[in-house]
Amino acid sequence: MTRLLKIVSCSSLRFFLQMRFLLLFSRQGKLRLQKWFTPLTDREKKKVIRDMMMLVLARPARSCNFLQWRDLKIVYKRYASLYFCAGLEDHDNELLALEVLHRYVELLDKYFGNVCELDIIFNFEKAYFILDEFLMEGEILETSKVAVGVSLEEADTLQETMEEYMSKPAY
Amino acid sequence: MPAPIRLRELIRTIRTARTQAEEREMIQKECAAIRSSFREEDNTYRCRNVAKLLYMHMLGYPAHFGQLECLKLIASQKFTDKRIGYLGAMLLLDERQDVHLLMTNCIKNDLNHSTQYVQGLALCTLGCMGSSEMCRDLAGEVEKLLKTSNSYLRKKAALCAVHVIRKVPELMEMFLPATKNLLSEKNHGVLHTSVVLLTEMCERSPDMLAHFRKLVPQLVRILKNLIMSGYSPEHDVSGISDPFLQVRILRLLRILGKGDDDSSEAMNDILAQVATNTETSKNVGNAILYETVLTIMDIKSESGLRVLAINILGRFLLNNDKNIRYVALTSLLKTVQTDHNAVQRHRSTIVDCLKDLDVSIKRRAMELSFALVNGNNIRGMMKELLYFLDSCDPEFKADCASGVFLAAEKYAPSKRWHIDTIMRVLTTAGSYVRDDSVPNLIQLITNSVEMHAYTVQRLYKALLDDISQQPLVQVASWCIGEYGDLLVSGQCEEEEPIQVTEDEVLDVLEGLLVSNLSTPVTRGYALTAIMKLSTRFTSVNRIKKVVSIYGSSIDVELQQRAVEYNALFKKYDHMRPALLERMPIMEKTASNGPTEIVQTNGETEPSVVEAKHPPPVTQPTNQANDLLDLLGGNDVVPVIQNTVSTKPASAGGELLDLLGDLSLSGGTSPAPAPSVPTSQPSFFLDGLTSQPLFNDIAAAGIPPMTAYNKNGLKIDFTFERANPNPNIAVITIHASNSTEADMTDFVFQAAVPKTFQLQLLSPSSNVVPALNQGTVTQVIRVLNPQKQQLRMRIKLTYTHKGSAVQDLAEVNNFPPQSWQ
Repeated sequence: MTRLLKIVSCSSLRFFLQMRFLLLFSRQGKLRLQKWFTPLTDREKKKVIRDMMMLVLARPARSCNFLQWRDLKIVYKRYASLYFCAGLEDHDNELLALEVLHRYVELLDKYFGNVCELDIIFNFEKAYFILDEFLMEGEILETSKVAVGVSLEEADTLQETMEEYMSKPAY
Repeated sequence: MPAPIRLRELIRTIRTARTQAEEREMIQKECAAIRSSFREEDNTYRCRNVAKLLYMHMLGYPAHFGQLECLKLIASQKFTDKRIGYLGAMLLLDERQDVHLLMTNCIKNDLNHSTQYVQGLALCTLGCMGSSEMCRDLAGEVEKLLKTSNSYLRKKAALCAVHVIRKVPELMEMFLPATKNLLSEKNHGVLHTSVVLLTEMCERSPDMLAHFRKLVPQLVRILKNLIMSGYSPEHDVSGISDPFLQVRILRLLRILGKGDDDSSEAMNDILAQVATNTETSKNVGNAILYETVLTIMDIKSESGLRVLAINILGRFLLNNDKNIRYVALTSLLKTVQTDHNAVQRHRSTIVDCLKDLDVSIKRRAMELSFALVNGNNIRGMMKELLYFLDSCDPEFKADCASGVFLAAEKYAPSKRWHIDTIMRVLTTAGSYVRDDSVPNLIQLITNSVEMHAYTVQRLYKALLDDISQQPLVQVASWCIGEYGDLLVSGQCEEEEPIQVTEDEVLDVLEGLLVSNLSTPVTRGYALTAIMKLSTRFTSVNRIKKVVSIYGSSIDVELQQRAVEYNALFKKYDHMRPALLERMPIMEKTASNGPTEIVQTNGETEPSVVEAKHPPPVTQPTNQANDLLDLLGGNDVVPVIQNTVSTKPASAGGELLDLLGDLSLSGGTSPAPAPSVPTSQPSFFLDGLTSQPLFNDIAAAGIPPMTAYNKNGLKIDFTFERANPNPNIAVITIHASNSTEADMTDFVFQAAVPKTFQLQLLSPSSNVVPALNQGTVTQVIRVLNPQKQQLRMRIKLTYTHKGSAVQDLAEVNNFPPQSWQ
């Protein structure tokens, strides 16, 4: 009982969160990545995803990249067959959010080399690793493209090869 | 047991599924395999299985049985395991599951790991889904890492601290020491996350805000370096050095400068520099400019800077890029209250945006346009807005119509313009107006007395064209019911009068009753309108017939009305004229619809939901409107029982003109009303009349006064406040006669300045008995919405000792409480 109350009071304390969520989905409405920066129930998440897809996919080609949904500003941009969609608090800078989305795409592009949707489908866990080196808690972690690239490379080298993996003790 | 299939293999297989059912089958099969693998506690393939589970989770399938497995992976020594385990924790777990607390120990260990990337994983996960309990337990570790010299860890610790503060605000103090030299970092990642942390602390605590104000010079310096520094490939975005950091600093400056003169002054220069030097050809430059503008508007900047900011927004409005136009409109909407004049300068550009193709831009432009309407630009703006109303999408029409009504009400340059505007909205967007517009419009029309003929004529013509838009039809029916006599009389000053016969009008109203397009509410309006015309038209028989037909209507509402109106024709025919007479001016209450000052007749209000029964007793106050509605706008056609009807009220003019023009028809004495028991004239009686209608409560101690005392005739005024309206003063006059002869044919008249409205009710008698043997009392109700000082001019006529006496006097000595 106490925990429930705590959670409620915490969620009402969200003052000035930058980004509430980041979604990647295809033109056909298939989700490719979901990052949530506030705690939501599964049901709520599904609703948000449904609404975002419905709203964004219905937009005519040359509309502006912003729309209003409930009390949030939605910023979206289409890159080839993928839509990048972020939900922002009302006072956030939408123009900068576009730059954030663009930077993420650039990071993906650098890592995968000419990234396309298939790369993200087959390597979704890497897409998350890249995102987690770039954003945390809805805020930018690192503004240098180079630095993010270096961290990813080094972390990847830590991933064991098959022999190493097999020979290393589990716990 | 064969090795579980690899992740990419599974993805490939699932993508070959041609139907949803096929996919579901594959997934169920794989889930079963994974479950049994978990049961066998297989360390080797746990990582692979969890990864596959995460993929299936993204497709929408349940994956909760993998939660514990994630924890096992996190506890593993292998980096590969940890990476997937932490990812799984972030995707599958959150603070609602008890299981998540089991992670706390693992995270604690990993925060102290020898490899920074493991520490990084722990920080990332804690900062993503750490619950309050976890945050409490691990805040100390985070604080430690915030002080490390390793910039990779420091930046992650900073954002993790932000998360901790958001979850457990009381822990904020704990991070204060670590913030001491955060800003002296060179590393941009650390700088950026530090600024975020500082921002969070300042936003949450005014004490912190005050404490960190001293950082303003340092922040200004950092920003300056960013702008002035040469090309830095690592942080460059389209020629601008680290725009993300610039924006974050600008935002923190905004918070620090708000409401503080010194800080605001310290940042004036740098803001001006950023505003003028930033390259605007690309989105990134505009993003910085936008943030700068927001900062300038929020702090105590000097006026030159504010104008600069608004001009930047004005330039944004002309930008080809839709996004920038949208952002400009949004910001202008926020600043229009505080910097109204500056925004006005861009009005024409804003109005042009109404024609933009983009829906988001149109909506913003509409909201902003309404905010900019004022008395000077109302005509021009309304033209544009009405044009917009004609052509916009249905989703806008309701809001636009409401906005037009509000603006018209506030700034209408003339009554005719106001009514024309309303007509235009009703005819073009009539089905989209809000429900409460109908009573509001009716009130407006009633109060625009000189426009009645014009209004009813236009509404009639609109009805002939189109009866599908219900609000229009309702307002039109109501007006035709009220002013039908003006319609058929063929008088209209404002435009060419049309020739309409009574039958034609009744045809139209009857048409509304039978039409499928009419809602029940509309039908109610139509029936009542027809009934009202029975006192205004001559073809009463036809009306009687229509009304009796609906006495058996299936619609209960209509039936009740018809039956009651029928009763009016039969048993209560003597009351019919009084009940159906013209509505008086309605006074506007602060809240919703119109309320009547006095229910002079039992006619229902335009809100048609209830059918009010006509009161069983004639209100003696019908006579109230007889003589002395000297103020304009009240063209009541008075009906007095058994007496001659008087002329309509003259237009309200200055005090001086009124009484001069007025010529009393000598024989107009009101029929003797039931006499009020005379009371001894006394200053302290609170002369409540016997009128049952008025629930007057004696106002606390408004002292009575003597208004007139000459030739033996003394007139005292006593005061009450009308309930519920405090703007109405109820004055009771007490006329007493100290001479030895009666004063007969006593008539008291009063006039008040234009800003007031006055209503005189019938006197208790028209004989003031001699020697103070009794008083004549009469009630005056004065509406004083502007709370101006009450002045009154009174005229007294009576016959005394065989000769007619007439006297004029001004009453200026009203006690302040009577009009304040």
